[in-house]
Amino acid sequence: MFEDINALFHGFSVALTPFNLLLMFIGVTLGVIIGVLPGLGGANGIAILLPLTFSMPPTSAIIMLSCIYWGALFGGAITSILFNIPGEPWSVATTFDGYPMAQQGRAGEALTASFTSSFVGAFFAVVMITFLAPLVARFALQFGPPEFFSVYFLTFCSFIGMGKEPPFKIMASMMLGFALAAVGIDTVTGQPRLIFGWFELLRGFDFLIAVIGLFGIGEILLSMEEGLSFSGKSAKIDPKIVLETWKKLPQYWLTSLRSCLIGCWLGITPGGATPASFMSYGVAKRMSKNGAKFGTGQLEGVVAPETAAHAAGTSALLPMLALGIPGSPTAAVLLGGLLIWGLQPGPLLFIEQKDFVWGLIASMYLGNIAGLVIVLTCVPLFAAILRVPFSIIAPVIIVICAIGAYTVHNAMLDIWFMLLFGVAGYAFKKLAYPLAPLVLALVLGDRAEDSFRQSMLIAQGDMRIFFSNWLVGGVMALGLVMLFWPVVSKLLVSLRASKTPA
Amino acid sequence: MEEHKESTGISTRSVEILVALIFLLIGGMVVFDSFRLGASWGADGPQAGYFPFYVGLIICISSLVTLGQVLLGKVGRSGKIFVEWSQLKLVLSVLLPAAVYIVGIQLIGIYLASAVYIATFMIWLGNYSWFKSIALGVVVSVLGFLTFEVWFQVPLYKGVFDPLSFLGY
Repeated sequence: MFEDINALFHGFSVALTPFNLLLMFIGVTLGVIIGVLPGLGGANGIAILLPLTFSMPPTSAIIMLSCIYWGALFGGAITSILFNIPGEPWSVATTFDGYPMAQQGRAGEALTASFTSSFVGAFFAVVMITFLAPLVARFALQFGPPEFFSVYFLTFCSFIGMGKEPPFKIMASMMLGFALAAVGIDTVTGQPRLIFGWFELLRGFDFLIAVIGLFGIGEILLSMEEGLSFSGKSAKIDPKIVLETWKKLPQYWLTSLRSCLIGCWLGITPGGATPASFMSYGVAKRMSKNGAKFGTGQLEGVVAPETAAHAAGTSALLPMLALGIPGSPTAAVLLGGLLIWGLQPGPLLFIEQKDFVWGLIASMYLGNIAGLVIVLTCVPLFAAILRVPFSIIAPVIIVICAIGAYTVHNAMLDIWFMLLFGVAGYAFKKLAYPLAPLVLALVLGDRAEDSFRQSMLIAQGDMRIFFSNWLVGGVMALGLVMLFWPVVSKLLVSLRASKTPA
Repeated sequence: MEEHKESTGISTRSVEILVALIFLLIGGMVVFDSFRLGASWGADGPQAGYFPFYVGLIICISSLVTLGQVLLGKVGRSGKIFVEWSQLKLVLSVLLPAAVYIVGIQLIGIYLASAVYIATFMIWLGNYSWFKSIALGVVVSVLGFLTFEVWFQVPLYKGVFDPLSFLGY
């Protein structure tokens, strides 16, 4: 414990150089802009900027990229409250009470509340990461291939168990990710797989391309459908409003705490920020005294989803750091960055790359403080971005996406794949095929397969290795429960329904 | 492909069926290629197609289930509209120029194509003046050029004809 606190202070000394502080501010500002713009979000924004960081030292690079992530989390709230357009999926729940508040002329109050609760949620999650991540990593040091495979298994089954989409669509989307990950040279035998004689495919599908296409181009197509006019409320935040709102916030401490816990739970297990925000809003509505008034502009209705979304978004980095298994698409992109900078994600990171890990964790504290200051002071500026007409923003974003897709491998073909993924993303979103499992499967596919094959080699093809000790068996069993959860929950409901009449 | 004419747009049902069929096709391709590679236990462990085989199999099964649900009317029977024609027109007005833009990149490189694309888009869909549109297109391209080629030294695609070769980058 004390060792970790020492390490954290060492991390602050790494993060607090002028260069890194500058990157932090640039990152947060860029992130807010990315969060405000339709078509650019945390995941694809970072994916596009990733190639620009190849020449930086890894610690500085991850500080900047993670700050973009914090900025994007903050930015989503601005558009939901002022324009009733969620800039990010996780801020949909914020529109429920945020926009009515803006209509009543309480935009400043809503924004302050959302930024502050975002900060609280993120802070809670960072504290948790600080103390929990090293423990998890130390524990995971003893993991062999079967243990890792069981954790992957649990990760992917959680998508099915906790997803809102039809289970078979989640499964199809996820397996498509695995299939795309398998394209190219097989890492074990060196054979080309699934390329059907098309040699440019030997390189495989890079998930960054998929992220840029699915989330960037797909999003542009979706917003195009809704027409091009944005009409928003103006925002003024002055210190008086901020202070007044801060005075009101402490009375919602219970809602905050509950939302933090929901957020952390859904962030670590790959539920992600979006379900966390909805769940937290729903729970707050049920538990609050003012529950019935939710949706008409309740401060509490802004606090709950924002706290949870940030707690989830932040804690998604815990499994990424400690196990090398990202909890969200954005965490997956950061993980991709680690690999490109030559760092091996996973439990060894805490031993071999102390500067990097603790610098990153320290930068989470600092980045969120920087983010809070920036968004509170510059809201009108960011809101002005959304007033730029869509017919200017759309082509510029498509150009940025194309450049981003090209720079990943300097491959022209990737730009075409980006467009294809864009169309797929558009169709998938409208038909409720979830995108997050596809992206995570594409990222983790090779490593999940490796751990599976290694386990099979150890056991000579005997599947019982996955139940050979209490740890693997427990995790696998939990995974199976998650996998069959849709069936189980239906059974439970029908059981309860059949009991009530009797 | 998407010509199921209705008065107001493409029905969700037909797109559901189409997407499920595409998934089925992909799953089939994966299974097929895995068989070619060998999807069983080789002399030195699992063969290259061992893992993808099951992946492909699950894709096939889940798309068949989705297809069944749609055909049997559990999902999307209510005549829901996937996209209205007017919306589709808007979407295509972004999608088709984007495809043309990518062809442009291939021929004349990212910088020139981007400038042309942004300017045309603004004139055509935004009704902006020629001057404003061309100015913005050029500004974005020049900014991109400075950022990538000059500051970060990441070379971008200059196209088959490379019309900017006189700049020396």
